[in-house]
Amino acid sequence: MSIWKIVTPIDESQLCKMYAGDSVLLSGIIYTARDAAHRRLTEALGNNHPLPFSIVGQTVYYMGPSPTKHGEIIGSCGPTTSSRMDIYTPSLLEAGLRAIIGKGERSPAVREALKKHRAVYLVTYGGAGALLKKTICKSETVAYPELGAEAVLRLEVKDFPAIVANDIHGNNLFSDQIGKYCSAQEGS
Amino acid sequence: MKSIIHTIIISVVEYSAMRVISASEIRASVALLVQKANFELGNDVLELLKKAIQAEQSPIGRDILEKIILNASIAKTDRVPLCQDCGTAVIFLEIGQEVHISGGDLYEELTNGVRLGYQEGFLRKSIVSQPFTSRINTGDNTPPVIHAEIVPGEQLKISFMPKGGGSENMSRLVMLQPSAGRRGIVDAVTAAVKDAGGNPCPPLIIGLGIGSTAEKAMVMSKRALLRPAGQPSIDPEVACLEEELLKSINSLGIGPLGMGGKVTALAVHADVLPCHFASLPLSISFQCHSIRHAEVLL
Repeated sequence: MSIWKIVTPIDESQLCKMYAGDSVLLSGIIYTARDAAHRRLTEALGNNHPLPFSIVGQTVYYMGPSPTKHGEIIGSCGPTTSSRMDIYTPSLLEAGLRAIIGKGERSPAVREALKKHRAVYLVTYGGAGALLKKTICKSETVAYPELGAEAVLRLEVKDFPAIVANDIHGNNLFSDQIGKYCSAQEGS
Repeated sequence: MKSIIHTIIISVVEYSAMRVISASEIRASVALLVQKANFELGNDVLELLKKAIQAEQSPIGRDILEKIILNASIAKTDRVPLCQDCGTAVIFLEIGQEVHISGGDLYEELTNGVRLGYQEGFLRKSIVSQPFTSRINTGDNTPPVIHAEIVPGEQLKISFMPKGGGSENMSRLVMLQPSAGRRGIVDAVTAAVKDAGGNPCPPLIIGLGIGSTAEKAMVMSKRALLRPAGQPSIDPEVACLEEELLKSINSLGIGPLGMGGKVTALAVHADVLPCHFASLPLSISFQCHSIRHAEVLL
């Protein structure tokens, strides 16, 4: 299991080297989007409307921060549960999304789409928004400001920590690791 | 006439014997509780997390637990929310029957306290007004969810719990057949935790309401989460069930944040009440590792 210092947007040669279980420290630009923004983004794609930001090769972080205190960059900013975005994810991957950051396991359809479109799913520390706040250098709203905490933000991050959960080779860290530590009798 | 005056005098005497708590004091207390709960993890929780690091075999799991503890220290020092999801504002009241609340509407002042606390603390407002169509944010994290109980005495206890959406979404009510018995409870709870996987942000506290009726069981399981983390039930039979459930849950291998490991739950808190002889209600509430609540006794 390697530790990668990665600059976003993540390039293809880097993606090939990343395996489930690897630790990454991301630096560069990432975009936030959660439930309401996903609904709008996929509606735009369905209607052949342009997206409010170019998604090709980019990284999306499932996150809606707490409000920013005066003089600060952002509030608490940990990931939200990824599975709620499962329904929207395949179409965004098809549109060129290359990396996703969230928490919790993905559906079989998303795992398949990640492999097909050569994209990675990264997991970061759920419930550690105060810690992750320290890695955000800049934040600006780029779309849907009326959604408040659910607006799309363009974040500049420095050494944002995450773990590769699903790589482009089809590995799934969740099932591997849970299988390793499970001692329950079948059927329980 | 004489008897009416006599009644009024007695009423005044009884009334004056009541303990008066002002609505404004309640509002200010709630505003403080809201912030304390969102910024500070209790020592009971921190102790359990430290023990969990010793018990955890997975290196990823241990790393996650260490980050959770570090996060708690940053949140407290910087007064930043432990988690960006500052929750639904859930309030449990224990109102002493000798208490008189003056100078305002109790529920309105609780709501005002929530509004003030979320605003002053720069806490995220996550409540939408209409759940199934427009879903417009109410802008101030109101209304709170209020559970009130009348108890003996002349004090008012307010417990505040910011309940995150990720863990709340995993809640479950199972109306078991009485024949399912204890085994049925163990199987149903273990299955619910297995299905939830990493979504509710383990390591968890599982709150259980066993017995009573469907709606009461749900409130019981949520209230059970307020117990000091890891404190067993005072009923030895229930405490034994809690222990067995914890073992069963921690054999699943889900681990911290579902990334694999031995520590999926830190504790199981079960409360039990009598029920109809045709029923065996079981309510399951999930508490994420950010075990946030704060209490005040007025």
